[in-house]
Amino acid sequence: MIRTISTEEIIVNIREMCIEANHYLSPDMGKALKEAADAEQSPLGKKILSQLEENLVIAGAEMIPICQDTGMAVVFVEVGQEVHFQGGLLEDAINEGVCQGYLDGFLRKSVVGDPILRENTDDNTPAIIHYSLVEGNKVKLTLAPKGFGSENMSRIFMLKPSDGIKGVKKAILTAVEDAGPNACPPMVVGVGIGGTFEKCALLAKQALLRPVDGHSKIPYVRELEEEMLQTINQLGIGPGGLGGTTTALAVNINTYPTHIAGLPVAVNICCHVNRHVTREI
Amino acid sequence: MDRHISTPITAEVTRNFHAGDYVYISGTVYVARDAAHKRFMEVLDRGEELPIPIKDAVIYYMGPSPARAGRPIGSAGPTTASRMDKYAPWLLDLGQKAMIGKGKRAKEVIDAIVRNQAVYFAAVGGAGALLSKCIKKSELVCYGDLGAEAVLKLEVEDFPVIVVVDREGNDLYKTAAKEYVR
Repeated sequence: MIRTISTEEIIVNIREMCIEANHYLSPDMGKALKEAADAEQSPLGKKILSQLEENLVIAGAEMIPICQDTGMAVVFVEVGQEVHFQGGLLEDAINEGVCQGYLDGFLRKSVVGDPILRENTDDNTPAIIHYSLVEGNKVKLTLAPKGFGSENMSRIFMLKPSDGIKGVKKAILTAVEDAGPNACPPMVVGVGIGGTFEKCALLAKQALLRPVDGHSKIPYVRELEEEMLQTINQLGIGPGGLGGTTTALAVNINTYPTHIAGLPVAVNICCHVNRHVTREI
Repeated sequence: MDRHISTPITAEVTRNFHAGDYVYISGTVYVARDAAHKRFMEVLDRGEELPIPIKDAVIYYMGPSPARAGRPIGSAGPTTASRMDKYAPWLLDLGQKAMIGKGKRAKEVIDAIVRNQAVYFAAVGGAGALLSKCIKKSELVCYGDLGAEAVLKLEVEDFPVIVVVDREGNDLYKTAAKEYVR
């Protein structure tokens, strides 16, 4: 049955989600940091991890953003095919929600209107919006503010089919090693394998939204996630890049069909402030 | 080892720093990141004076989130230092003694650190809420039009940093990781 949703409702939710995501991490992230602090072998690494836990407590209790880079707002919108929007353009509503959230929530305005002219838009818009049409009469919104310390260290590799899984492993390790201390480890590594050039980048970004304590349902992908996490944590980079056994908290891999001639691999790196909030309307 | 120091950071002070030391800084720290550094270079190119006293200065690579009412600053953790690599040697040669940021530095910067008996500190990336508690005062120095990239003068108390590159040129990012390679 067709359901009408007011775009005003989208604005209100996006506004709240911007503020929520920048002050509280999802429970799986909190748990992963705690487990890492317990297991870390370097004394300095342990100290840094406990500071990150303390940082999360202060952020939530005193409403100070977890990180000063409150990111560029990435929004995933799953629209049920039986939804009718009333009150204006959906895209305008999302951007208005981002604008209100960043202004009212004392979040940093980190977006420039042009990549070369670089004048700040002063309200953190526009958001990066990915739409998909799904069954039903609901709207699912996921907001993921993305900081650029780690975004800058992300990579795409257009591998050959003959490179195989060995090539994929090498690509992931190359990206993580190059990122090192710059990406604020311990990091969460989102990997996309397959699709086209842009699809695999999107797969990698979506992989970051998955819980860090879960795994792919595909047996070989699950094994690859586990193996890569172990290998990455043997690199020695450690918390803050200052040495240790915790370089990544999770490796999440998403796959998709691809062309007979290609094997695209994207590695989207996120710092330990892996923020995302989902709501269904 | 742990050290407590007060600004300014002079060559006398940097002599005691070794890569891996944990240092608590109290005193005055200037804040400047990408856009402000670009303007510093333009000012120098025109033969004018920098808007901050550069001799023995500490520059924190940071762009805070806005302060809520009654607070000096918002979230205030370090940004990636390598984006300032193009500019840092110039400022070090002019007398700047310390940089606070996160992440690797270029060889040119490490050479300039050694040449000028300076130091590169890392603060913990992504701990902006925690670090903001050590900032007691913040005032705008210039470039307010840059928003989060404006130049600020901070008063800090026991601001925690780690010596990453000392004046001998030792680089903790290179040595520490090796210890834990399995």
